[in-house]
Amino acid sequence: MQQASGSSLSSPLVAWWPGLRVQFRVIGALLLREVLTRYGRHNIGFLWLLVEPMLFTGLIAWAYSSARAAGVQTVIPIAAFAVTGYSCVMLWRNMPARCMGAVTPNRALLFHRPVKLLDVYFARIILEATGATMSFVALALLGIALGWMPWPQDLLAVCLAWMLLAWFGLSLGLLLGPLSERSKWVEKIWAPLSYLLFPLSGTFYLVSSLPPQAQEFVLLLPMVHAVEMLREGYFGHLFAARYSVVYLVSWNMALMLLGLSQVRLVARTGVRL
Amino acid sequence: MIELQHVSKDYATRHGDIRVLSDVSLRVNPGQKLGILGRNGAGKSTLVRLLGGAEQPTVGQVIRHMSVSWPLAFSAGFAGSLTGYDYLRFVCRVYNVPTEGKLKFVLDFSELGRYFYEPVQTYSAGMTARLAFAVSMAIDFDCYLIDEIVAVGDARFTERCDQELFGRRGHKAMVMVSHNAQFIQQHCDSAAVLHQGRLLHFDSVQHAYDAYHQILHSPVEQRSEA
Repeated sequence: MQQASGSSLSSPLVAWWPGLRVQFRVIGALLLREVLTRYGRHNIGFLWLLVEPMLFTGLIAWAYSSARAAGVQTVIPIAAFAVTGYSCVMLWRNMPARCMGAVTPNRALLFHRPVKLLDVYFARIILEATGATMSFVALALLGIALGWMPWPQDLLAVCLAWMLLAWFGLSLGLLLGPLSERSKWVEKIWAPLSYLLFPLSGTFYLVSSLPPQAQEFVLLLPMVHAVEMLREGYFGHLFAARYSVVYLVSWNMALMLLGLSQVRLVARTGVRL
Repeated sequence: MIELQHVSKDYATRHGDIRVLSDVSLRVNPGQKLGILGRNGAGKSTLVRLLGGAEQPTVGQVIRHMSVSWPLAFSAGFAGSLTGYDYLRFVCRVYNVPTEGKLKFVLDFSELGRYFYEPVQTYSAGMTARLAFAVSMAIDFDCYLIDEIVAVGDARFTERCDQELFGRRGHKAMVMVSHNAQFIQQHCDSAAVLHQGRLLHFDSVQHAYDAYHQILHSPVEQRSEA
């Protein structure tokens, strides 16, 4: 079915290369289109991508800092605590949110043969991840410049935790996106569920500050592991972080496998209207 | 060459699966002009989506050894806030064609002038159709899918579309799907009739035309469930 099928392909990578190039090109085109349709050309345009999550996180961080000024004491610099916590929520929650219902506005684009359903999801996921990442970096730099936040202790660990969490959001998006096309319930249930998961996901607390039983419970949530890991990277050993990379990666891989299979299923059967 | 081999397509509905196409086989050779006649709801658009690869068959195989266009003059890919230029750029990126080379052609053909750089939502129906057709013509394909060309735009535009499509691209393969028998008769060298999800082949366009006429004047039957 594919036109590109070379004769003497030495390795799988060589065989995939033409296809990958098409996919990168298509995702790039979808990305640019998405940016234009979402943010338009007016006022600050695509900068909204950065400003939207930044405003949200920034305001919360500011509120937290004010609370400290009012006398609440913490081990960890409060602004940095808020910025790390909320940036993580932005990352894992926005990707699935944008993937749900993504088919309807992009349905017509699937008439262009190079455009695949997976590309539509990837374009949206990349856009969300970019926005959340830019916002995190900008807020951290701003906090550091203003002296509200320390410089991260272990930048590499922070980056790694961030990438693992992005992987989690990506996998969840790839699963919930197609599922939302199969049943309208998915979106309806995800809205309250993500609201519930938000305070449980490590935004407001350090695992070690919870009672032991509660610790075991919240550690069932994969996001908590990423947030703990990221904060350990950021604050060093100011607190005893509790996380397991293996646990998080296992979740990611399982979700991604399920997600990719759902994308394939929806791409094949078409969308229930 | 494009070939459908024993293709069936089901859609899930509130009342269970419905078989929209059943056991359809067809072959389009390079340069062939195949017309497919069918009345509303016969499964024409589904057939176009399968030919173009926008959807996959439930059963059977689609083999494509030609590049196939998206349905011609198809304007649903327009997002209201995007401009005509944005749309052209998107299409050119997807098909890996430099936009600059196509810009003049699309501008000339669509006759949109400065509206080309305005959001599509400000266009009239005729302008939208002109843009859609012009962009369709900007990318080169071996086979063009034509889903129900309705007469949009004025006579002059229709004439120029004919020129561009059947004149300059007269050597290309085309699959035309329509409920308009005159259109098919005028442009096709072979024809088939799609009726109740089945594709009936005929040895000449005239025979297909006659059969279609009979179907047209027969009472409406309910679609059977799969």
